[in-house]
Formats: sequence, C-alpha cells, structure tokens
Amino acid sequence: MSETVRLVLCIIIIPNVVLTMAAGLIWLERRLLAVWQERYGPNRVGPFGLLQPAADAIKLLFKEDWIPPFADRPVFVLAPAIVMATGILTCAILPIAPGIGIVDDLNIGLLFFLAMSTMGAYSVVLAGWASNNKYSLLGGLRSAAQMLSYEVFMGLSLMGVVIMTGTFSLREIVEAQRDGWFFVPQFLGMMIFLMAGLAETHRMPFDLPEAEAELVAGFHTEYSSMKFGVFFIGEYAGVVVVSSLMTTLFFGGWLGPWLPPLVWFLLKTMFFICLFILLRATLARPRYDQLMALGWKVLLPLALLNVVVTGAIKLATTGGGV
Amino acid sequence: MISILHSLWRVLRHTFDRRVTVQYPEERRVMAPRTRGRIVLTRDPDGGERCVGCYLCAVACPVDCIALQATEDETGRRSAEWFRINFSRCIFCGYCEEACPTYAIQLTPDIEIGEYYRHNLIYEKEHLMIDGPGKRPGYNYYRVAGLKIGGKDKGEAAGEVPPVDVRTLLP
Repeated sequence: MSETVRLVLCIIIIPNVVLTMAAGLIWLERRLLAVWQERYGPNRVGPFGLLQPAADAIKLLFKEDWIPPFADRPVFVLAPAIVMATGILTCAILPIAPGIGIVDDLNIGLLFFLAMSTMGAYSVVLAGWASNNKYSLLGGLRSAAQMLSYEVFMGLSLMGVVIMTGTFSLREIVEAQRDGWFFVPQFLGMMIFLMAGLAETHRMPFDLPEAEAELVAGFHTEYSSMKFGVFFIGEYAGVVVVSSLMTTLFFGGWLGPWLPPLVWFLLKTMFFICLFILLRATLARPRYDQLMALGWKVLLPLALLNVVVTGAIKLATTGGGV
Repeated sequence: MISILHSLWRVLRHTFDRRVTVQYPEERRVMAPRTRGRIVLTRDPDGGERCVGCYLCAVACPVDCIALQATEDETGRRSAEWFRINFSRCIFCGYCEEACPTYAIQLTPDIEIGEYYRHNLIYEKEHLMIDGPGKRPGYNYYRVAGLKIGGKDKGEAAGEVPPVDVRTLLP
C-alpha cells in the first residue's frame, strides 16, 4: 500500500472512529453508571441499547435550533465548532499503532496537543460570553480559570516524560517505553496528568463550568439542538483524546505482548475511558475554591517537584547529554 | 487520597451486585391487593349495584374528580343515574373508598390506564362498573342496613329482627 493511500485512509478513518467512539461513550457512560448504581441504563434501542446515541442524535436534530435574540450571533455559532475542531485536530497526532496515525511522528506532537487543549478552553469561554446570560457567563468564567490553571500543571506533568525521552514526538515516546512503561518512574506525573485531564475535559468531578445545582447548565445553558449535541460530543471526544494520551505517554501506547498493537492501544484507551466514568460515578464535585486551591497549592508544586527530580536524575545518570 | 481509592473500590464492587430494576413491560411486579390503582364500582353478591348515590365519595375527593347524579327507582332503592371519574385529575388517594358507606367504590391494583388522549381518561359508569363484589365478597348493604326497600320490609333480612312496637312495652 502506497504511503499516500495509507495517509488518506488514516485521515478518513481516525477522526471518524474517534467521533463514533465519542458518540458511543454516551451509551457506555450511561450503561456503566447504571451498572454501578445497580440499574440497567438504556437497553431498549437496538441490541443492548447500542443505538441510543443514534436516537439521541435524531432527537437533537429535530429540535429547534434556537439562537437567543440577545446572543452575540457569530461567536455563539463559532463556539461549539471550536471544541469539535480542537478535538478532531488532536486526533492527528495520536500514534495508534505502527503505520496507523496521521502525523503521529510530528516533532512537536505533545506541544500540539497542549495547544489544542488550550484552544478548547476558548470554546467554553466564548460560549459563555456569547450567550449573554449570567449563568452562562459565570460558567464561562469558571471554566476559563479552571482550564487555564490546569493547563499549567498538565504541561508541567508531561515534562517529566519529555525529559526522560528528550523528544516531543509521541511515536518516539512510545518507542522509548519498550524497556518499561513510564507510569512507574513518572507515577506523580501520571496522577497529575490524570487530574488535569479531568479538569481540561471538565468531566466529573471537575465539571464546575456546568455545575447544574448552581449554574443551571453553565456555559451551554442557551444552546439547543445540534449545537448542544456538538458540545456534548466534543466533551466525549476530549475524554477519548485524554485517555489515548494517557495510554501513549504513560502506559506504553500500542506496546504489549501477544495481541496486535492496535488492539493493545484500544484496550488501554478503553480502560482509561472506563476509569474516567468510574471517577464520575464515585466522586462528588468539589467547591470551586477547593478546586483552585488543589490546583495551585498542591498540584503545581508537585508537578514542579516532579520536573526537578526527573531532571536531576537524568542529569546525574547521563551527565547532561540527551 | 486513600479514601478516594477506597470509594473507587467500593463503587467498582457494585459491578457484580444484582440490579434492582424491574424490566417493566416484560417483567411485572405482583401488586399488593390493596394497591391504589384504577377505581371501580362494585356490585353486591346478588348482582345489584352497591352504589346508593350518597355523594360522599364526591365530597371526599380532594381533587374533585368524581361527579355523579343520584336517582331513586319506584321501590325506593337509590342508585347513581350517571357516575363519572376523571382519571386525568385523580390522584389515587383512596379517600373515596374510605368514605363509601356501602363498599361500592373501590381502588384496584390495575395501574396501567395510560391513554394518548386526555378525554379517554374520563370514565363513565359503564366503564367503572364491574360484575363482582371486588375486595368485599358477601357484603350486601341492603341486607344489613335495616332499611325498608322494595321486596324487603324492615327486619326481614339476615341477622335482623322485626321492629318492636314500643307501645306494647308500656307498663
């Protein structure tokens, strides 16, 4: 198979698979939450309720796509597009398996991911601003503070891996884990990345931007129909992306015995997706000041410590060379 | 941190717990006999209507969903000329059943009375009337009421004695 055909196939298939997974996650999340709450969850539409996301999408499409007259119209329309675009763009750098990936040996892959996840914050902030609604605005403000501060630790938590491998390319990071996955030496980094990932995708328990109890639905209060659906899918696409990065950076990506690389990658990613859902099922939402305090007073020093210690060990063992 | 891990484990353990959901249309719970569901009008064991049109159910109803018109036949026996329950208003509180002096109005365990049109929830007497005595088998109001009614004089029913002429008791 020629290189061009491979690339075109990857470009077509990977974003579609990620989007399908994101839609499927709606079903998976509801079923898993139901299992942990001793219920069944959606099990009526199709086998095991698998067609539930399709039914949801059809329902959303038939709803009135209403833009409030007081909203800032262009920004209002643009905001959901941003979250979707950044989610799909991040798929480009995922090294799924040898030969499967769009630009997975991009030499700034990790930076590209961080850039895209920061861009994702704009979506929420702009949605909150453009809705011209006080609850949306408050949700947008919270999410701006939350995402920008957790962005810092997310970047810093990954620096340990970068120091150990000396590269930003995700494919090379995976290759460097042949001798042992990075979650052992970089355990602290992994935990911080997990928490920052939760906060970045504003998943439970860090879903303060859309805390129903106090902010109605937060930034997407005014959104209806498929615009709301895009926010929804965008959030799940973020979960898929963060889970696959977890796999790539700390759990050896596609590496693993017996099974084909693609299967290993998908298995590991699914594991982290399920972990995200389990965290949602378990933990209560912290207060907003607790969230910020945890970020700046605990996670930031820990992330810095991780970078310093990793750097010092690297310096001591290799004498400064990479 | 330890407590978070502990809670994660506790939640994860629920994976193997039995689910409490009853898969409704396929599985159905056995409803208790005294479940307050669809309201019926019952008959006495002889097949006559129990309802005597006393309006107590309509008075007791907190949402005013019961309407009726009493009538009396040539023998003096009272009954409902028409009887109407609006189930779109009914809250199934059972006060009508408690108020009824003749056990005529009763609530049944049937709870499946959903309809697509609201006016289909207005039940007339012919929809409410059932052929049996419901939860009170063997009870016949006119057999124990001591009332003079067509075909039965005072004191002729089971467990009754004929009225005493008090003048015969004078000293």
